[in-house]
Amino acid sequence: MSDMMSDLGDLYQEVILEHSKHPRNFRVMETANRKAEGYNPLCGDHFTVFVEVDDDTIRDISFQGSGCAISKASASIMSQALKSKTTAQAGDLFNKFHGVVTGRDKNEVDGLGKLAAFAGVAEFPARVKCATLAWHTLQAALLEKQIASTE
Amino acid sequence: MSTIASRIHHDEGISDTNLYKIREDFPILSRKVHGQPLVYLDNAATAQKPQVVIDAIKQHYASNNANIHRGVHLLSQSATEAYEASRITVQRFLNAADPSEIVFVRGATEAINLVAQTYGRKHIGAGDEIILSEMEHHSNIVPWQMLCEEKGARLRIAPINDDGELILDQFEKLLNSRTKFVSIIHVSNALGTVNPIGKLVEMAHGWNVPVLVDGAQAVVHGKVDVRALDCDFYVFSGHKLYGPTGIGVLYGKHDLLDAMPPYQGGGDMIRSVTFAKTTYNDLPYKFEAGTPHVAGAVGLGSAIDYVNAIGLEEIAAHEDELLVYGTEALQSVPGLRLIGTAKEKASVLSFVMKGIHPHDIGTILDRQGIAIRTGHHCTQPLMQRLGIPATARASLAVYNTRAEIDALVTGIYKVKEVFD
Repeated sequence: MSDMMSDLGDLYQEVILEHSKHPRNFRVMETANRKAEGYNPLCGDHFTVFVEVDDDTIRDISFQGSGCAISKASASIMSQALKSKTTAQAGDLFNKFHGVVTGRDKNEVDGLGKLAAFAGVAEFPARVKCATLAWHTLQAALLEKQIASTE
Repeated sequence: MSTIASRIHHDEGISDTNLYKIREDFPILSRKVHGQPLVYLDNAATAQKPQVVIDAIKQHYASNNANIHRGVHLLSQSATEAYEASRITVQRFLNAADPSEIVFVRGATEAINLVAQTYGRKHIGAGDEIILSEMEHHSNIVPWQMLCEEKGARLRIAPINDDGELILDQFEKLLNSRTKFVSIIHVSNALGTVNPIGKLVEMAHGWNVPVLVDGAQAVVHGKVDVRALDCDFYVFSGHKLYGPTGIGVLYGKHDLLDAMPPYQGGGDMIRSVTFAKTTYNDLPYKFEAGTPHVAGAVGLGSAIDYVNAIGLEEIAAHEDELLVYGTEALQSVPGLRLIGTAKEKASVLSFVMKGIHPHDIGTILDRQGIAIRTGHHCTQPLMQRLGIPATARASLAVYNTRAEIDALVTGIYKVKEVFD
Protein backbone atom coordinates (compact mmCIF):
# COMPACT_ATOMS: atom_id res chain seq x y z
CA MET A 1 0.00 0.00 0.00
CA SER A 2 2.78 2.41 0.85
CA ASP A 3 4.51 1.75 -2.51
CA MET A 4 1.29 2.46 -4.27
CA MET A 5 0.83 5.75 -2.48
CA SER A 6 4.44 6.77 -3.00
CA ASP A 7 4.20 6.12 -6.76
CA LEU A 8 1.06 8.21 -6.84
CA GLY A 9 2.79 10.88 -4.80
CA ASP A 10 5.59 10.92 -7.38
CA LEU A 11 3.03 11.42 -10.14
CA TYR A 12 0.77 13.91 -8.43
CA GLN A 13 3.45 16.21 -7.02
CA GLU A 14 2.22 19.22 -5.10
CA VAL A 15 3.37 21.58 -7.84
CA ILE A 16 1.45 19.57 -10.46
CA LEU A 17 -1.76 19.56 -8.43
CA GLU A 18 -1.42 23.26 -7.75
CA HIS A 19 -0.95 24.12 -11.45
CA SER A 20 -3.83 21.85 -12.47
CA LYS A 21 -6.15 23.67 -10.11
CA HIS A 22 -4.83 27.13 -10.89
CA PRO A 23 -3.33 27.02 -14.36
CA ARG A 24 -1.11 29.95 -15.35
CA ASN A 25 -1.39 31.70 -18.71
CA PHE A 26 -4.77 30.06 -19.11
CA ARG A 27 -6.29 32.48 -21.59
CA VAL A 28 -6.98 33.17 -25.23
CA MET A 29 -4.27 35.38 -26.74
CA GLU A 30 -5.54 37.82 -29.32
CA THR A 31 -2.05 38.87 -30.37
CA ALA A 32 -0.84 35.33 -31.03
CA ASN A 33 0.82 34.82 -34.41
CA ARG A 34 1.09 31.05 -33.92
CA LYS A 35 -1.71 28.80 -32.70
CA ALA A 36 -2.50 25.08 -32.78
CA GLU A 37 -5.02 22.68 -31.33
CA GLY A 38 -3.88 19.55 -29.55
CA TYR A 39 -6.09 16.58 -29.06
CA ASN A 40 -5.75 13.21 -27.39
CA PRO A 41 -8.50 11.11 -29.01
CA LEU A 42 -8.12 8.38 -26.38
CA CYS A 43 -9.14 10.46 -23.38
CA GLY A 44 -10.66 13.55 -24.95
CA ASP A 45 -8.02 16.01 -23.68
CA HIS A 46 -8.19 19.06 -25.86
CA PHE A 47 -6.02 22.20 -25.72
CA THR A 48 -5.27 25.21 -27.85
CA VAL A 49 -1.80 26.70 -27.46
CA PHE A 50 -1.26 30.36 -28.44
CA VAL A 51 2.20 31.79 -29.07
CA GLU A 52 3.50 35.17 -29.99
CA VAL A 53 6.82 34.68 -31.74
CA ASP A 54 9.06 37.54 -32.67
CA ASP A 55 12.53 37.14 -34.13
CA ASP A 56 12.54 33.42 -33.24
CA THR A 57 11.81 34.27 -29.63
CA ILE A 58 8.68 33.29 -27.71
CA ARG A 59 7.44 36.66 -26.43
CA ASP A 60 4.24 35.31 -24.97
CA ILE A 61 2.56 31.93 -24.65
CA SER A 62 -0.84 30.86 -23.32
CA PHE A 63 -3.32 28.00 -23.56
CA GLN A 64 -7.00 27.10 -23.27
CA GLY A 65 -8.92 23.86 -23.11
CA SER A 66 -9.70 20.93 -20.91
CA GLY A 67 -7.89 17.85 -19.79
CA CYS A 68 -6.64 15.81 -16.87
CA ALA A 69 -4.47 17.17 -14.06
CA ILE A 70 -1.26 16.00 -15.74
CA SER A 71 -1.99 17.53 -19.14
CA LYS A 72 -3.25 20.78 -17.69
CA ALA A 73 -0.36 21.21 -15.28
CA SER A 74 2.08 20.34 -18.03
CA ALA A 75 0.63 23.04 -20.28
CA SER A 76 0.71 25.55 -17.43
CA ILE A 77 4.29 24.85 -16.37
CA MET A 78 5.43 24.74 -19.99
CA SER A 79 3.97 28.17 -20.59
CA GLN A 80 5.94 29.58 -17.67
CA ALA A 81 9.15 27.83 -18.68
CA LEU A 82 9.16 29.02 -22.28
CA LYS A 83 8.49 32.72 -22.00
CA SER A 84 11.37 34.65 -23.64
CA LYS A 85 13.06 31.46 -24.76
CA THR A 86 14.11 31.10 -28.40
CA THR A 87 12.26 28.50 -30.43
CA ALA A 88 15.50 26.48 -30.58
CA GLN A 89 15.77 26.53 -26.78
CA ALA A 90 12.13 25.45 -26.57
CA GLY A 91 12.91 22.49 -28.86
CA ASP A 92 15.88 21.47 -26.70
CA LEU A 93 13.79 21.71 -23.55
CA PHE A 94 11.04 19.54 -25.05
CA ASN A 95 13.61 16.96 -26.06
CA LYS A 96 14.97 16.86 -22.53
CA PHE A 97 11.47 16.82 -20.97
CA HIS A 98 10.45 14.01 -23.32
CA GLY A 99 13.46 11.96 -22.25
CA VAL A 100 12.52 12.36 -18.61
CA VAL A 101 8.79 11.59 -18.85
CA THR A 102 9.27 8.58 -21.11
CA GLY A 103 12.01 7.24 -18.84
CA ARG A 104 14.58 7.38 -21.67
CA ASP A 105 16.82 9.76 -19.70
CA LYS A 106 15.01 9.45 -16.44
CA ASN A 107 17.54 11.26 -14.26
CA GLU A 108 18.52 14.03 -16.67
CA VAL A 109 16.50 16.64 -14.84
CA ASP A 110 19.22 19.34 -14.68
CA GLY A 111 18.01 22.61 -16.15
CA LEU A 112 14.38 21.49 -16.21
CA GLY A 113 13.36 23.56 -13.21
CA LYS A 114 9.72 22.98 -12.29
CA LEU A 115 9.35 20.66 -15.28
CA ALA A 116 11.34 18.11 -13.31
CA ALA A 117 8.16 17.51 -11.29
CA PHE A 118 6.95 15.36 -14.18
CA ALA A 119 9.71 12.76 -13.72
CA GLY A 120 7.18 10.54 -11.91
CA VAL A 121 5.21 10.16 -15.16
CA ALA A 122 7.81 7.66 -16.37
CA GLU A 123 6.31 5.10 -13.96
CA PHE A 124 2.89 5.59 -15.59
CA PRO A 125 3.34 4.82 -19.31
CA ALA A 126 -0.35 5.44 -20.01
CA ARG A 127 0.09 9.03 -18.87
CA VAL A 128 3.10 10.05 -21.00
CA LYS A 129 0.75 11.40 -23.67
CA CYS A 130 -0.95 13.58 -21.08
CA ALA A 131 2.36 15.12 -20.07
CA THR A 132 3.47 15.76 -23.65
CA LEU A 133 0.20 16.91 -25.26
CA ALA A 134 0.83 20.63 -24.71
CA TRP A 135 4.39 20.28 -25.98
CA HIS A 136 3.31 18.49 -29.16
CA THR A 137 0.74 21.22 -29.64
CA LEU A 138 3.35 23.91 -29.16
CA GLN A 139 5.57 22.17 -31.69
CA ALA A 140 2.69 22.12 -34.19
CA ALA A 141 2.06 25.82 -33.56
CA LEU A 142 5.72 26.72 -34.11
CA LEU A 143 5.76 24.65 -37.30
CA GLU A 144 2.54 26.44 -38.25
CA LYS A 145 0.51 23.25 -38.39
CA GLN A 146 -3.06 23.68 -37.21
CA ILE A 147 -3.62 20.42 -35.39
CA ALA A 148 -1.53 18.17 -33.19
CA SER A 149 -2.61 14.74 -32.10
CA THR A 150 -1.05 12.28 -29.74
CA GLU A 151 -2.27 9.41 -31.95
CA MET B 1 -21.59 -28.46 -20.27
CA SER B 2 -19.93 -26.42 -17.63
CA THR B 3 -19.10 -27.83 -14.26
CA ILE B 4 -21.14 -24.99 -12.88
CA ALA B 5 -24.46 -26.50 -13.96
CA SER B 6 -24.45 -29.01 -11.20
CA ARG B 7 -23.54 -26.47 -8.55
CA ILE B 8 -26.28 -23.94 -9.05
CA HIS B 9 -29.95 -24.34 -8.42
CA HIS B 10 -31.61 -22.20 -11.01
CA ASP B 11 -34.43 -20.98 -8.81
CA GLU B 12 -32.15 -19.58 -6.13
CA GLY B 13 -30.26 -16.87 -7.98
CA ILE B 14 -26.56 -16.48 -7.20
CA SER B 15 -25.82 -17.08 -3.55
CA ASP B 16 -22.60 -15.88 -1.95
CA THR B 17 -21.24 -19.42 -2.01
CA ASN B 18 -21.97 -19.79 -5.69
CA LEU B 19 -20.54 -16.36 -6.43
CA TYR B 20 -17.32 -17.46 -4.79
CA LYS B 21 -17.31 -20.58 -6.98
CA ILE B 22 -18.02 -18.54 -10.10
CA ARG B 23 -15.04 -16.34 -9.27
CA GLU B 24 -12.87 -19.44 -9.10
CA ASP B 25 -13.89 -20.23 -12.69
CA PHE B 26 -12.01 -17.12 -13.84
CA PRO B 27 -8.27 -17.63 -13.37
CA ILE B 28 -7.37 -13.98 -13.99
CA LEU B 29 -9.41 -12.86 -10.97
CA SER B 30 -6.81 -14.32 -8.63
CA ARG B 31 -3.95 -12.23 -9.99
CA LYS B 32 -2.64 -9.07 -8.44
CA VAL B 33 -2.25 -5.66 -10.03
CA HIS B 34 0.34 -3.26 -8.60
CA GLY B 35 0.56 -5.64 -5.64
CA GLN B 36 -3.18 -5.37 -4.94
CA PRO B 37 -5.91 -7.95 -5.59
CA LEU B 38 -7.47 -7.28 -9.00
CA VAL B 39 -10.88 -5.61 -8.86
CA TYR B 40 -12.00 -5.86 -12.47
CA LEU B 41 -14.76 -3.37 -13.24
CA ASP B 42 -14.19 -2.85 -16.95
CA ASN B 43 -16.53 -5.54 -18.19
CA ALA B 44 -18.30 -3.36 -20.72
CA ALA B 45 -14.97 -3.05 -22.53
CA THR B 46 -14.31 -6.77 -22.38
CA ALA B 47 -15.25 -9.49 -19.93
CA GLN B 48 -12.81 -11.97 -18.43
CA LYS B 49 -12.78 -15.59 -19.60
CA PRO B 50 -13.72 -18.63 -17.54
CA GLN B 51 -11.43 -21.65 -17.59
CA VAL B 52 -13.95 -23.66 -19.65
CA VAL B 53 -13.65 -21.15 -22.51
CA ILE B 54 -9.85 -21.11 -22.29
CA ASP B 55 -9.89 -24.92 -22.28
CA ALA B 56 -12.26 -25.14 -25.24
CA ILE B 57 -9.91 -23.01 -27.35
CA LYS B 58 -6.87 -24.92 -26.16
CA GLN B 59 -8.55 -28.25 -26.79
CA HIS B 60 -9.54 -27.18 -30.30
CA TYR B 61 -5.95 -26.40 -31.25
CA ALA B 62 -4.49 -29.30 -29.31
CA SER B 63 -6.66 -32.05 -30.68
CA ASN B 64 -9.30 -30.93 -33.16
CA ASN B 65 -7.66 -28.38 -35.46
CA ALA B 66 -8.20 -28.57 -39.22
CA ASN B 67 -9.75 -26.37 -41.86
CA ILE B 68 -13.49 -26.67 -42.11
CA HIS B 69 -16.03 -27.36 -44.87
CA ARG B 70 -13.51 -28.89 -47.22
CA GLY B 71 -11.66 -31.89 -45.91
CA VAL B 72 -12.73 -35.50 -46.19
CA HIS B 73 -10.44 -36.38 -43.33
CA LEU B 74 -11.65 -36.90 -39.80
CA LEU B 75 -10.17 -33.77 -38.25
CA SER B 76 -11.73 -31.52 -40.84
CA GLN B 77 -15.07 -33.15 -40.26
CA SER B 78 -14.88 -32.85 -36.51
CA ALA B 79 -13.67 -29.22 -36.67
CA THR B 80 -16.59 -28.48 -39.02
CA GLU B 81 -18.98 -30.15 -36.60
CA ALA B 82 -17.64 -28.11 -33.68
CA TYR B 83 -17.92 -24.88 -35.68
CA GLU B 84 -21.48 -25.64 -36.81
CA ALA B 85 -22.46 -26.78 -33.33
CA SER B 86 -21.49 -23.31 -32.06
CA ARG B 87 -23.71 -21.78 -34.71
CA ILE B 88 -26.64 -23.78 -33.37
CA THR B 89 -25.72 -22.74 -29.83
CA VAL B 90 -25.88 -19.10 -30.94
CA GLN B 91 -29.14 -19.68 -32.80
CA ARG B 92 -30.76 -21.06 -29.66
CA PHE B 93 -29.19 -18.35 -27.52
CA LEU B 94 -30.89 -15.65 -29.63
CA ASN B 95 -33.95 -17.81 -30.35
CA ALA B 96 -33.38 -17.33 -34.09
CA ALA B 97 -35.59 -19.42 -36.37
CA ASP B 98 -32.78 -21.16 -38.21
CA PRO B 99 -28.98 -21.61 -37.97
CA SER B 100 -28.62 -20.14 -41.48
CA GLU B 101 -29.59 -16.78 -39.95
CA ILE B 102 -26.42 -16.78 -37.84
CA VAL B 103 -23.32 -15.36 -39.56
CA PHE B 104 -19.99 -15.50 -37.75
CA VAL B 105 -18.02 -12.26 -38.04
CA ARG B 106 -15.14 -10.65 -36.13
CA GLY B 107 -17.38 -8.70 -33.80
CA ALA B 108 -20.31 -6.30 -33.58
CA THR B 109 -18.37 -3.68 -35.52
CA GLU B 110 -17.81 -5.96 -38.49
CA ALA B 111 -21.44 -7.08 -38.39
CA ILE B 112 -22.67 -3.48 -38.66
CA ASN B 113 -20.23 -2.76 -41.47
CA LEU B 114 -21.42 -5.89 -43.24
CA VAL B 115 -25.04 -4.77 -43.16
CA ALA B 116 -24.17 -1.18 -44.17
CA GLN B 117 -22.05 -2.36 -47.08
CA THR B 118 -24.48 -4.99 -48.39
CA TYR B 119 -28.07 -4.21 -47.43
CA GLY B 120 -27.22 -0.50 -47.17
CA ARG B 121 -25.48 -0.12 -50.50
CA LYS B 122 -28.24 -2.01 -52.25
CA HIS B 123 -31.26 -0.30 -50.71
CA ILE B 124 -30.20 3.15 -49.53
CA GLY B 125 -29.77 5.99 -52.00
CA ALA B 126 -29.65 9.75 -52.42
CA GLY B 127 -32.08 11.60 -50.18
CA ASP B 128 -32.82 8.53 -48.06
CA GLU B 129 -32.57 8.70 -44.29
CA ILE B 130 -31.07 6.43 -41.64
CA ILE B 131 -32.11 6.88 -38.01
CA LEU B 132 -29.61 6.40 -35.17
CA SER B 133 -29.75 7.59 -31.56
CA GLU B 134 -27.63 10.08 -29.65
CA MET B 135 -26.23 7.31 -27.49
CA GLU B 136 -24.70 5.22 -30.29
CA HIS B 137 -21.19 3.80 -30.08
CA HIS B 138 -18.89 4.98 -32.89
CA SER B 139 -19.22 1.50 -34.39
CA ASN B 140 -22.90 2.22 -35.05
CA ILE B 141 -22.27 5.72 -36.40
CA VAL B 142 -19.24 5.62 -38.68
CA PRO B 143 -20.31 2.72 -40.98
CA TRP B 144 -23.58 4.57 -41.69
CA GLN B 145 -21.78 7.88 -42.16
CA MET B 146 -19.52 6.23 -44.73
CA LEU B 147 -22.58 4.88 -46.51
CA CYS B 148 -24.30 8.28 -46.44
CA GLU B 149 -21.23 9.93 -47.90
CA GLU B 150 -21.12 7.42 -50.73
CA LYS B 151 -24.83 7.50 -51.50
CA GLY B 152 -25.91 11.02 -50.62
CA ALA B 153 -28.17 9.73 -47.86
CA ARG B 154 -28.37 11.38 -44.45
CA LEU B 155 -28.37 10.47 -40.79
CA ARG B 156 -31.24 11.52 -38.52
CA ILE B 157 -30.43 11.39 -34.82
CA ALA B 158 -33.04 10.45 -32.22
CA PRO B 159 -32.44 12.56 -29.08
CA ILE B 160 -32.18 11.47 -25.45
CA ASN B 161 -33.28 13.18 -22.24
CA ASP B 162 -30.94 14.19 -19.40
CA ASP B 163 -31.32 10.79 -17.73
CA GLY B 164 -29.95 9.20 -20.88
CA GLU B 165 -33.26 7.76 -22.09
CA LEU B 166 -34.35 7.80 -25.69
CA ILE B 167 -37.28 10.20 -26.20
CA LEU B 168 -39.77 7.87 -27.88
CA ASP B 169 -42.11 10.38 -29.46
CA GLN B 170 -39.12 12.22 -30.95
CA PHE B 171 -37.92 8.96 -32.40
CA GLU B 172 -41.34 8.31 -33.85
CA LYS B 173 -41.45 11.78 -35.41
CA LEU B 174 -38.21 11.10 -37.28
CA LEU B 175 -39.78 8.20 -39.15
CA ASN B 176 -41.10 9.14 -42.59
CA SER B 177 -41.28 7.90 -46.15
CA ARG B 178 -37.60 8.72 -46.74
CA THR B 179 -36.50 6.57 -43.77
CA LYS B 180 -34.81 3.46 -45.12
CA PHE B 181 -33.10 2.07 -42.03
CA VAL B 182 -32.95 2.26 -38.24
CA SER B 183 -29.82 1.19 -36.38
CA ILE B 184 -29.92 1.41 -32.62
CA ILE B 185 -28.05 0.28 -29.55
CA HIS B 186 -29.87 -2.15 -27.23
CA VAL B 187 -27.94 -1.30 -24.04
CA SER B 188 -25.76 1.81 -23.95
CA ASN B 189 -22.13 1.01 -23.16
CA ALA B 190 -21.55 4.50 -21.73
CA LEU B 191 -24.76 4.95 -19.72
CA GLY B 192 -26.25 1.51 -19.21
CA THR B 193 -29.61 2.63 -20.63
CA VAL B 194 -31.74 -0.25 -21.90
CA ASN B 195 -33.69 0.85 -24.97
CA PRO B 196 -37.27 -0.38 -25.55
CA ILE B 197 -36.33 -2.27 -28.70
CA GLY B 198 -39.70 -3.98 -29.14
CA LYS B 199 -41.51 -0.63 -29.28
CA LEU B 200 -38.91 0.94 -31.60
CA VAL B 201 -39.14 -2.01 -33.98
CA GLU B 202 -42.91 -1.76 -34.03
CA MET B 203 -42.75 1.95 -34.86
CA ALA B 204 -40.16 1.41 -37.60
CA HIS B 205 -42.04 -1.53 -39.10
CA GLY B 206 -45.09 0.73 -39.31
CA TRP B 207 -43.10 2.48 -42.06
CA ASN B 208 -41.69 -0.81 -43.44
CA VAL B 209 -38.26 0.19 -42.19
CA PRO B 210 -35.87 -2.56 -41.09
CA VAL B 211 -34.09 -2.29 -37.73
CA LEU B 212 -30.58 -3.35 -36.75
CA VAL B 213 -29.98 -3.75 -33.02
CA ASP B 214 -26.46 -3.40 -31.61
CA GLY B 215 -26.57 -5.93 -28.80
CA ALA B 216 -22.88 -5.87 -27.84
CA GLN B 217 -23.73 -4.87 -24.26
CA ALA B 218 -27.16 -6.47 -24.08
CA VAL B 219 -26.61 -10.20 -24.61
CA VAL B 220 -24.56 -10.49 -21.45
CA HIS B 221 -27.14 -8.84 -19.16
CA GLY B 222 -30.28 -10.79 -19.97
CA LYS B 223 -32.16 -13.06 -22.32
CA VAL B 224 -32.42 -11.74 -25.89
CA ASP B 225 -35.11 -13.21 -28.14
CA VAL B 226 -34.76 -11.86 -31.66
CA ARG B 227 -38.12 -13.26 -32.71
CA ALA B 228 -39.93 -11.65 -29.80
CA LEU B 229 -38.15 -8.34 -30.53
CA ASP B 230 -38.95 -8.86 -34.22
CA CYS B 231 -35.76 -6.95 -35.13
CA ASP B 232 -34.36 -7.54 -38.61
CA PHE B 233 -30.69 -7.68 -37.64
CA TYR B 234 -29.04 -8.25 -34.28
CA VAL B 235 -25.28 -8.06 -33.70
CA PHE B 236 -22.96 -8.83 -30.81
CA SER B 237 -19.31 -9.58 -29.96
CA GLY B 238 -18.12 -12.75 -28.25
CA HIS B 239 -15.55 -11.11 -25.99
CA LYS B 240 -18.07 -9.15 -23.92
CA LEU B 241 -19.91 -12.42 -23.29
CA TYR B 242 -16.97 -14.16 -21.57
CA GLY B 243 -15.88 -15.50 -24.97
CA PRO B 244 -12.77 -14.88 -27.05
CA THR B 245 -11.94 -11.70 -28.98
CA GLY B 246 -12.14 -11.73 -32.76
CA ILE B 247 -15.47 -13.54 -32.99
CA GLY B 248 -18.93 -12.07 -33.15
CA VAL B 249 -22.34 -12.67 -34.60
CA LEU B 250 -24.65 -11.15 -37.16
CA TYR B 251 -28.21 -12.39 -36.92
CA GLY B 252 -30.45 -11.47 -39.84
CA LYS B 253 -33.89 -12.57 -40.89
CA HIS B 254 -33.47 -15.22 -43.55
CA ASP B 255 -35.24 -13.43 -46.39
CA LEU B 256 -33.29 -10.22 -45.81
CA LEU B 257 -29.91 -11.98 -45.67
CA ASP B 258 -30.82 -14.06 -48.70
CA ALA B 259 -31.58 -10.99 -50.82
CA MET B 260 -28.39 -9.19 -49.78
CA PRO B 261 -25.29 -9.17 -51.98
CA PRO B 262 -22.17 -10.78 -50.48
CA TYR B 263 -19.80 -8.74 -48.27
CA GLN B 264 -16.35 -10.11 -49.00
CA GLY B 265 -15.43 -12.42 -51.86
CA GLY B 266 -13.24 -15.48 -51.46
CA GLY B 267 -13.25 -19.13 -50.64
CA ASP B 268 -16.14 -20.79 -48.83
CA MET B 269 -18.65 -18.13 -49.90
CA ILE B 270 -18.97 -19.55 -53.43
CA ARG B 271 -20.81 -22.42 -55.02
CA SER B 272 -18.88 -22.38 -58.27
CA VAL B 273 -16.26 -20.11 -59.80
CA THR B 274 -15.27 -19.59 -63.42
CA PHE B 275 -13.51 -16.54 -64.77
CA ALA B 276 -16.77 -15.67 -66.46
CA LYS B 277 -19.07 -15.97 -63.45
CA THR B 278 -19.26 -16.94 -59.81
CA THR B 279 -22.37 -18.23 -58.10
CA TYR B 280 -22.56 -17.68 -54.38
CA ASN B 281 -23.04 -20.16 -51.63
CA ASP B 282 -26.16 -20.52 -49.49
CA LEU B 283 -26.69 -18.75 -46.19
CA PRO B 284 -24.87 -18.22 -43.98
CA TYR B 285 -21.73 -19.20 -45.91
CA LYS B 286 -22.32 -16.49 -48.51
CA PHE B 287 -21.15 -14.05 -45.81
CA GLU B 288 -18.25 -16.08 -44.46
CA ALA B 289 -15.49 -15.69 -47.03
CA GLY B 290 -12.15 -17.30 -46.22
CA THR B 291 -11.21 -19.55 -43.34
CA PRO B 292 -13.25 -18.31 -40.38
CA HIS B 293 -12.14 -18.00 -36.75
CA VAL B 294 -12.98 -21.61 -35.95
CA ALA B 295 -11.40 -21.62 -32.49
CA GLY B 296 -13.18 -18.34 -31.75
CA ALA B 297 -16.55 -19.81 -32.67
CA VAL B 298 -15.83 -22.86 -30.54
CA GLY B 299 -14.83 -20.60 -27.63
CA LEU B 300 -17.97 -18.51 -28.07
CA GLY B 301 -20.14 -21.63 -28.03
CA SER B 302 -18.47 -22.65 -24.81
CA ALA B 303 -19.01 -19.17 -23.30
CA ILE B 304 -22.72 -19.35 -24.13
CA ASP B 305 -22.93 -22.80 -22.54
CA TYR B 306 -21.27 -21.29 -19.50
CA VAL B 307 -23.72 -18.39 -19.07
CA ASN B 308 -26.66 -20.70 -19.83
CA ALA B 309 -25.50 -23.03 -17.08
CA ILE B 310 -25.52 -20.20 -14.55
CA GLY B 311 -28.72 -18.85 -16.07
CA LEU B 312 -29.17 -15.49 -17.74
CA GLU B 313 -31.96 -14.56 -15.35
CA GLU B 314 -29.77 -15.34 -12.37
CA ILE B 315 -26.95 -13.28 -13.89
CA ALA B 316 -29.33 -10.38 -14.55
CA ALA B 317 -30.70 -10.56 -11.00
CA HIS B 318 -27.18 -10.56 -9.54
CA GLU B 319 -26.07 -7.63 -11.69
CA ASP B 320 -29.24 -5.67 -10.90
CA GLU B 321 -28.64 -6.15 -7.21
CA LEU B 322 -25.04 -4.95 -7.61
CA LEU B 323 -26.24 -2.00 -9.67
CA VAL B 324 -28.63 -0.89 -6.93
CA TYR B 325 -25.94 -1.36 -4.29
CA GLY B 326 -23.33 0.45 -6.39
CA THR B 327 -25.67 3.31 -7.29
CA GLU B 328 -26.38 3.99 -3.63
CA ALA B 329 -22.74 3.64 -2.67
CA LEU B 330 -21.50 6.03 -5.35
CA GLN B 331 -24.26 8.55 -4.74
CA SER B 332 -23.09 8.81 -1.14
CA VAL B 333 -19.69 10.16 -2.27
CA PRO B 334 -19.66 13.97 -2.07
CA GLY B 335 -18.86 15.66 -5.38
CA LEU B 336 -19.62 12.55 -7.43
CA ARG B 337 -22.33 12.65 -10.08
CA LEU B 338 -23.69 9.59 -11.86
CA ILE B 339 -24.05 9.95 -15.63
CA GLY B 340 -26.90 7.86 -16.98
CA THR B 341 -29.84 7.48 -14.64
CA ALA B 342 -32.36 5.75 -16.90
CA LYS B 343 -35.17 3.84 -15.23
CA GLU B 344 -34.31 0.77 -17.33
CA LYS B 345 -30.64 0.32 -16.82
CA ALA B 346 -27.98 -2.40 -17.04
CA SER B 347 -25.03 -2.67 -14.65
CA VAL B 348 -22.99 0.31 -15.81
CA LEU B 349 -21.93 3.02 -13.36
CA SER B 350 -20.64 6.01 -15.29
CA PHE B 351 -19.66 9.01 -13.21
CA VAL B 352 -17.80 12.29 -13.03
CA MET B 353 -16.25 14.01 -10.01
CA LYS B 354 -16.13 17.70 -9.30
CA GLY B 355 -12.72 19.12 -10.18
CA ILE B 356 -11.14 15.74 -10.94
CA HIS B 357 -10.70 14.50 -14.48
CA PRO B 358 -11.74 10.87 -15.16
CA HIS B 359 -8.27 10.04 -16.43
CA ASP B 360 -6.79 10.90 -13.03
CA ILE B 361 -9.49 8.86 -11.29
CA GLY B 362 -8.55 5.90 -13.50
CA THR B 363 -4.84 6.13 -12.73
CA ILE B 364 -5.29 6.38 -8.98
CA LEU B 365 -7.79 3.49 -8.91
CA ASP B 366 -5.47 1.40 -11.07
CA ARG B 367 -2.70 1.72 -8.50
CA GLN B 368 -5.14 0.20 -6.02
CA GLY B 369 -5.77 -2.75 -8.34
CA ILE B 370 -9.12 -1.42 -9.54
CA ALA B 371 -9.64 -1.50 -13.31
CA ILE B 372 -12.24 0.90 -14.67
CA ARG B 373 -12.60 2.60 -18.02
CA THR B 374 -12.11 6.34 -18.41
CA GLY B 375 -12.68 8.46 -21.47
CA HIS B 376 -15.43 8.99 -24.00
CA HIS B 377 -16.23 5.27 -24.38
CA CYS B 378 -16.28 5.60 -28.18
CA THR B 379 -19.37 7.78 -27.82
CA GLN B 380 -18.08 11.28 -28.56
CA PRO B 381 -21.45 12.61 -29.81
CA LEU B 382 -23.06 11.39 -26.57
CA MET B 383 -20.39 13.13 -24.48
CA GLN B 384 -21.04 16.34 -26.47
CA ARG B 385 -24.78 15.98 -25.83
CA LEU B 386 -24.11 15.59 -22.09
CA GLY B 387 -21.62 18.46 -22.10
CA ILE B 388 -18.77 16.47 -20.58
CA PRO B 389 -15.43 15.44 -22.14
CA ALA B 390 -15.33 12.03 -20.53
CA THR B 391 -16.57 9.86 -17.70
CA ALA B 392 -15.16 7.25 -15.38
CA ARG B 393 -17.07 4.00 -15.81
CA ALA B 394 -17.35 0.93 -13.61
CA SER B 395 -19.20 -1.87 -15.41
CA LEU B 396 -20.24 -5.01 -13.57
CA ALA B 397 -20.32 -8.67 -14.52
CA VAL B 398 -21.47 -11.98 -13.07
CA TYR B 399 -18.32 -12.40 -10.97
CA ASN B 400 -18.34 -8.98 -9.32
CA THR B 401 -19.14 -8.64 -5.64
CA ARG B 402 -20.40 -6.08 -3.16
CA ALA B 403 -16.94 -6.13 -1.60
CA GLU B 404 -15.54 -4.94 -4.93
CA ILE B 405 -18.02 -2.06 -4.99
CA ASP B 406 -16.85 -1.21 -1.47
CA ALA B 407 -13.24 -1.30 -2.74
CA LEU B 408 -14.24 1.06 -5.55
CA VAL B 409 -15.76 3.52 -3.09
CA THR B 410 -12.71 3.33 -0.81
CA GLY B 411 -10.57 3.88 -3.91
CA ILE B 412 -12.59 6.92 -4.89
CA TYR B 413 -12.03 8.42 -1.44
CA LYS B 414 -8.31 7.87 -2.05
CA VAL B 415 -8.69 9.84 -5.29
CA LYS B 416 -10.27 12.68 -3.33
CA GLU B 417 -7.45 12.50 -0.80
CA VAL B 418 -4.86 13.03 -3.55
CA PHE B 419 -6.73 16.01 -4.97
CA ASP B 420 -8.12 17.72 -1.89
